[in-house]
Amino acid sequence: MGVEYIYPEFEVIRNENRCITCRVCERQCANEVHSYSPELGIMLADETKCVDCQRCVSLCPTHALKIAKSPCTYRENTNWQNDTIKEIYKQANSGGVLLSSMGNPKPFPVYWDKILINASQVTNPPIDPLREPMETRVFLGKKPEKIERDKKGNLVCKLPPQIELSMPVMFSAMSYGSISYNAHWSLARAATELGIAYNTGEGGLHEDFYAYGPNTIVQVASGRFGVHEDYLMAGAAIEIKMGQGAKPGIGGHLPGEKIVGDVSRTRMIPEGTDAISPAPHHDIYSIEDLRQLVYSLKEATEYKKPVIVKIAAVHNVALIASGIARSGADIIAIDGFRGGTGAAPTRIRDNVGIPIELALAAVDQRLRDEGIRNNVSIVAGGSIRSATDVIKAIALGADACYIATAALLALGCHLCRTCQSGKCNWGIATQRPDLTKRLNPDIGSARLVNLMTAWQHEIKEIIGGMGINSIEALKGNRLMLRGVGLTEKELEILGISHAGE
Amino acid sequence: MKPYVIIGNGVAAAACIEGIRSIDVKTPITVISEENHPVYCRPLISYYLEGKTDPERMSYRAPDFYEKMKCTVLYGERAVSINKRSKTVVLESGEGIQYSSVCLACGSSPFVPRFEGLENVKEQYSFMTSDDAEALGQALHKDAKVLIVGAGLIGLKCAEGIHGRAGHITVCDLAERVLSSILDTECAGMMQTAMEDAGIEFMLGDSVARFEENKAHMNSGKTVDFDILVLAVGVRANTYLLKDLGGEVGRGIVVNEKMETSVPNIYVAGDCTEGEDITLGGRRVLAIFPNAYLQGHAAGVNMAGGEEICNKGIPMNSIGFFGMHAMTAGSYYGEEDGGECFEERTKNTLKRLFVRDGKLTGFILIGITERAGIYTSLIREQTPLDQVDFEMLKKIASSAAFSQESRRQKFSRPV
Amino acid sequence: MKRVYVNEEWCLACHLCEYNCAFANSGHSDMVLALKGKKLYPRIHVEGDEKISYAVSCRHCLDPLCVKSCIAGALSRKEGIIEVDQNKCVGCLTCVLVCPYGALAPNEDGIMQKCELCLKNSAGEPACVAGCPNKAIVYEEREVI
Repeated sequence: MGVEYIYPEFEVIRNENRCITCRVCERQCANEVHSYSPELGIMLADETKCVDCQRCVSLCPTHALKIAKSPCTYRENTNWQNDTIKEIYKQANSGGVLLSSMGNPKPFPVYWDKILINASQVTNPPIDPLREPMETRVFLGKKPEKIERDKKGNLVCKLPPQIELSMPVMFSAMSYGSISYNAHWSLARAATELGIAYNTGEGGLHEDFYAYGPNTIVQVASGRFGVHEDYLMAGAAIEIKMGQGAKPGIGGHLPGEKIVGDVSRTRMIPEGTDAISPAPHHDIYSIEDLRQLVYSLKEATEYKKPVIVKIAAVHNVALIASGIARSGADIIAIDGFRGGTGAAPTRIRDNVGIPIELALAAVDQRLRDEGIRNNVSIVAGGSIRSATDVIKAIALGADACYIATAALLALGCHLCRTCQSGKCNWGIATQRPDLTKRLNPDIGSARLVNLMTAWQHEIKEIIGGMGINSIEALKGNRLMLRGVGLTEKELEILGISHAGE
Repeated sequence: MKPYVIIGNGVAAAACIEGIRSIDVKTPITVISEENHPVYCRPLISYYLEGKTDPERMSYRAPDFYEKMKCTVLYGERAVSINKRSKTVVLESGEGIQYSSVCLACGSSPFVPRFEGLENVKEQYSFMTSDDAEALGQALHKDAKVLIVGAGLIGLKCAEGIHGRAGHITVCDLAERVLSSILDTECAGMMQTAMEDAGIEFMLGDSVARFEENKAHMNSGKTVDFDILVLAVGVRANTYLLKDLGGEVGRGIVVNEKMETSVPNIYVAGDCTEGEDITLGGRRVLAIFPNAYLQGHAAGVNMAGGEEICNKGIPMNSIGFFGMHAMTAGSYYGEEDGGECFEERTKNTLKRLFVRDGKLTGFILIGITERAGIYTSLIREQTPLDQVDFEMLKKIASSAAFSQESRRQKFSRPV
Repeated sequence: MKRVYVNEEWCLACHLCEYNCAFANSGHSDMVLALKGKKLYPRIHVEGDEKISYAVSCRHCLDPLCVKSCIAGALSRKEGIIEVDQNKCVGCLTCVLVCPYGALAPNEDGIMQKCELCLKNSAGEPACVAGCPNKAIVYEEREVI
């Protein structure tokens, strides 16, 4: 229709001297950017379709390709930036809500990068993890307030149900449907091999993956897709999803064309119907309602499974967490505003919610202040990018972290942020059989195991440097953190001193 | 310890040696070789004349083959009879060689019909052995007019082999088409055109009535002047050794799937046999190289007390002339015999697949060679076509037409 | 003995194996030098359609029909590996006619070439396997069933 206002965002730069016209780029691009011209004997490119996923770049055997941001820009304007102008054009063109995926890419502060970690010198000497045992194992769940003994004076060891993790990291919720069978399989296998847990998201649990149940967290979300007794019993824990960091306050929408075959069966909805998760749980309007669902799930699973309540980090997060800690939930998961998603309205992704660092510190402090910190474990998520992010989160008060974007990167995701198209060239966020087969779980699970093993080594080394030999001993130990370039207020909320103090 | 005796020293004999040695590494083997050469690749004699190979490269096995296999080779010797009671092979020289078991791998000989005046032709040659090729090569000169009688595989390969070394080549045959034993009329026409384009002249449906020294008078009344005559009319299996014993002989020595003849302890392999052709449902002389090896090897194994069955014999040929390649296999049944033919063609290629009773019985491929073995294996394995995607196979030979399980067996485990 | 096996569920039909094969056997140290502007004659080829694809190379059969059928004695089995002596091959294609796997094809001169597991070229181990982006081709020991 008429004039196309939006110039292609990326340029396909092909070194003709190196291109051998093997056409791998053409075969591997689901967006159909590349094509071969028999007349000219060269490869052509339709750059309007390029999303910069780098699949072609990675597979080009002669390294003849690169994808670059197009230098073609609108006239420079600090207020009306290029992206802003483009979004206006898009909406003027389509009349629709802007959609995006993965996490908030806007230049909000990343507090992890303004927090520094301590190390021991002279007194309380550092511990060498190569020579001394280090413990990274954690247990998530309600902890007893005090030591109990029976009449004979023996310890009463009747703990509420716990999740045991070999290290304080879990793969967070990504539904089967939003990601592929093979992506799920990779996560399940890696979690099992690592002794951690992955999360089904709200897409149900494919029957093939029940075998990985002891390392699976099964989610119950507002759409209640795929929830039934066997499903609840299959997992190591149950997570009630109240909100998601990437899109707080709204539900989810998996379009009918992705509800095919096994996805439809696993979600227990007819093929081709849109899977719409409502913004609220229609049976939850208060903490008391939440408590009912928590106990319904506990009742259904004979009080054998810890229940997690997951919320997005929003302004009143500490207050909400306090309510959840009194609802009978065993674990609170908080998802910061940089968390990823398969699809979200761009405006919400980029403007709603708060950073996980602030939310986590506020929640931990509030629960301590109220004396109910032991009622729940806290799991922090929403763009945990490295072992040091994990350490900082633990020191701020988390019991463990959720990672998803980092896990997807390990599986090959290049953060092109077009999951919503369903044409993921890396075989992750797609259900197209020719694309899903691009993720071989042998490779995927091995890469996830590598990533986590590497983080575990780093965690041991860094906490050893602090003179700590168990990750539990770091929990809430904010003395190990210092801020740089932060305001008094930020430091106050984070509960840490400024570097040099 | 009586030796194994092998009469003949061609490919079947070599295979027989290898078959025996795969089981029995001790017992001596005696090979009776009429030709004064170690085993060589007979089908290469035309390539030799063409300059594409030489005697050294034509040898079928390494120079130390017989030594390593602990064989005694009697070169220039001919077996004239077998005494089955004393288990002795009698040589022309009168010498007798005792055997524990014997394998007849004595091949075939050129068949020369009685042509009037043939004895007047001084420069006449057969085209079977390397000695034949050597002699023909000596006689050739760049102006030589050559008449080849016989437009079968031997005659045409000879024509191609000497093409660059002769002035003019004429090929005649009583049959109306070239390669009449393996090609139908249209396919033969394509091959003929390829050869005519190279300058070879054909006189088909015509035969020589009478020879003068340098001239052939044809039945049609035409005459052909020639300097050199090559007789490639056909071959006959050498069956006399068994026939004289009263053994069962048809057009070749009758053989079962264990390569036994009707006479105990006498095995047979190669061009002199008449065995089962699974596409025919009957016996036929399958004078082709692969068959000679497979039979020879099976004979050897069975002679040495092992067990090897050779029961998938089919005719097949892969042959090219001046860049035009033809591959054929099996039997072609027309509608009158309950068969059906499926055809795919382009300008320069022709594919015909012959089907009967839900199975592929034969094919002709002209100008197409890719993965032809998949078709051959359908015939050899007698695969019911309803188990494969035959529509796909009509277009291309591909394992994609088979079930996933079948591919798993082929490509996911040792075979 | 280690052999090349295909897992067709992971084959992407990217055809990289063909290019890696042709490169490994080219004698060049740079793929551009080896393959640019040239017709490809790989010893492995990808078959199939959009749904199913898989790469086929010599199976190195335990009982190889091609070796038994070779009219030039050019094919042989040495320590389990089927080799071709290109000096002896005359390009009759009888091996192509008998290979039930459709694994063989000649080089640009019509002479046979075949997968020899990259043991003789500078790759040292199968280049198709090393370059497969999805482990659809593997080089390993498997049991004879």
